[in-house]
Amino acid sequence: MTNAPPSVAALRAQFADAVTRHLVSCGDTVVYVERDRAHDVLAWLKDAPGQQFDYLTDVTAVEYRDPERPVEVVWQLRSLGRKADLRLKVELDKGGPLEVRSVYDLWRGADWLEREVYDMFGITFVGHPDLRRILMWETYAEGFPLRKDFPLRGHFSRAEQTRQALAANPEAHYSMEELSIAEAYDELPADMRERLARGERGFLK
Amino acid sequence: MSLRTVEMALATPGLDAQGRPTRVPLGVRDAPVAFDEDFGAEHMLVNIGPQHPATHGVLRLVIELEGETVKRCIPHIGYLHSGFEKLGEYRHYNQIIPLTDRTDYLSPMANNVCFALAAEKLMAIEVPERCRVLRVIACEMSRIISHLVWLGTTGIDLGAFTPFLWSFQERERIYNLQEKWTGARLTTSLTRVGGMMADVPDDFEAGLRDFTRTFPKTLAEVDTMFTRNAIWIGRTQGVGVLTAEQAINHSLSGPMLRASGVDYDVRKDRPYLDYETYEFDVPVGEHGDIYDRYRVRLEEMWQSNRILEQALDRLATLKGAPINVDDPRVILPPKSRAMSDMEAMIFHFKQVMDGVKPPVGEAYLGVENPKGELGYYLVSDGTAKPVRWRIRPPSFINLSSLPVMCEGALLSDVIAINASVDIVMGEVDR
Repeated sequence: MTNAPPSVAALRAQFADAVTRHLVSCGDTVVYVERDRAHDVLAWLKDAPGQQFDYLTDVTAVEYRDPERPVEVVWQLRSLGRKADLRLKVELDKGGPLEVRSVYDLWRGADWLEREVYDMFGITFVGHPDLRRILMWETYAEGFPLRKDFPLRGHFSRAEQTRQALAANPEAHYSMEELSIAEAYDELPADMRERLARGERGFLK
Repeated sequence: MSLRTVEMALATPGLDAQGRPTRVPLGVRDAPVAFDEDFGAEHMLVNIGPQHPATHGVLRLVIELEGETVKRCIPHIGYLHSGFEKLGEYRHYNQIIPLTDRTDYLSPMANNVCFALAAEKLMAIEVPERCRVLRVIACEMSRIISHLVWLGTTGIDLGAFTPFLWSFQERERIYNLQEKWTGARLTTSLTRVGGMMADVPDDFEAGLRDFTRTFPKTLAEVDTMFTRNAIWIGRTQGVGVLTAEQAINHSLSGPMLRASGVDYDVRKDRPYLDYETYEFDVPVGEHGDIYDRYRVRLEEMWQSNRILEQALDRLATLKGAPINVDDPRVILPPKSRAMSDMEAMIFHFKQVMDGVKPPVGEAYLGVENPKGELGYYLVSDGTAKPVRWRIRPPSFINLSSLPVMCEGALLSDVIAINASVDIVMGEVDR
């Protein structure tokens, strides 16, 4: 690779097999890495001398309109000291499991960001201690809103959405964890206890 | 835990010989011989919000208490989720600008500017100088009004009502200017890809000059009222502390990050809109507590005022200069030409029907918004609608550090800590 930006050259030297390709778009450097090596690469970029990408700006995902293209998980990194930016991407094939290792152990800031990506795209971050929906409610059953196969108005009809909203038990707004603090779990109706225990959330029936 | 009624002497206090109210003995008259063994051992669950004035929007906090000490704080968000990112995928680039008004609705003009900059980065467009100066004015006006709301509401949360009136009075003056410029007080939709929706009206510059001249007086009054106030100091110093390492590790940005002693400001470190040519300082705290966040935000308002003065000077030298790029594929032709000139009419039609089409590519652009680093990440597949419009929401990420800050604090401190994050739920939930 000629004219590769410095971080890319260093990455290729360190993780020759993990870096699949890189490109520069609108002045931003984008590096694609293997899914299973992403965590190692990120951990290395965070601490390695000369890299020090100590600040996790953003974690997000991109799904393209072309259904053949894989879903991408995007980490936007910054080195506060060196004033440099780097975007790291992992491609997840839609045929396989949408899974990638969490970087919660490297950056606490990934906590909510990964939860949001899970909530919106259904990508599982393995190793995240508390991966549950964040913007949608825990019992949301229509799927993952930012996926391209999700219609703008949702999967359910407006009537069904209203029916579900009205039928919701207010107690369901508390998570299992919270109910256990209040020792109120045992006082819940049996069907609801069973539903909460199943961890029912966010899948199309 | 069994309920116990405690009788208290609640008589009206009498006056002693010096005219001071005598102390009224409060407390247990007949103390029970023995307390329950498990008294206080049980943890209590307190739910605050989503409809609560001190949560600054529809934020819900579930707090586990041991006595008055917070053991755990679990925030619940999403009550204001509007799906802006999804909506953006169904809209032309210029049609997304009204959506950006509604995310951080306390600084709509700054969001408009950020989106225009991100789209221009995607299309490699360089806007003219007058446009850049106008955008700096928009950003700094937004910073002032957003910090004024923060100042006023946080003051109320901690029991100081008067500065709220002062700050909202000043905010009103900027809102009036904003209304003159954009026609709207809240939903400004000020920018367009490649330029501005409108130039400033004739009397705008004089109005803003007047504001920059008198605004420091209010700031000085607030400074007098708060900075050395014993109650304010007692409620804020050493509360909600985050160290520099923690702040970086939690991806905080803006005043939250700088109050912890990290000197990072997007305007200085990755300048946009010629910020490197303006003279201003970036205040940095050292303790990372609520008090330092207050000091940082107060100082930022002084600095914004300085930037506004410089920008007004520049604007005066650029009278009559263009505010839009000279590219008919991006900028609508003037209505008069669209109605009289065939070519202009075609461009007008193409733009309205097809929209602006950036090339295939992706761009992330972060700006220093009042709340922190607002970033827009746009992915284009060459069509007029983005494949992905990601908002990097500063309030959302700053709020995610709330459980860490609240752990071990008192319940009353939770309100102060939550206020110090400076969230706006429109942006947290998007």
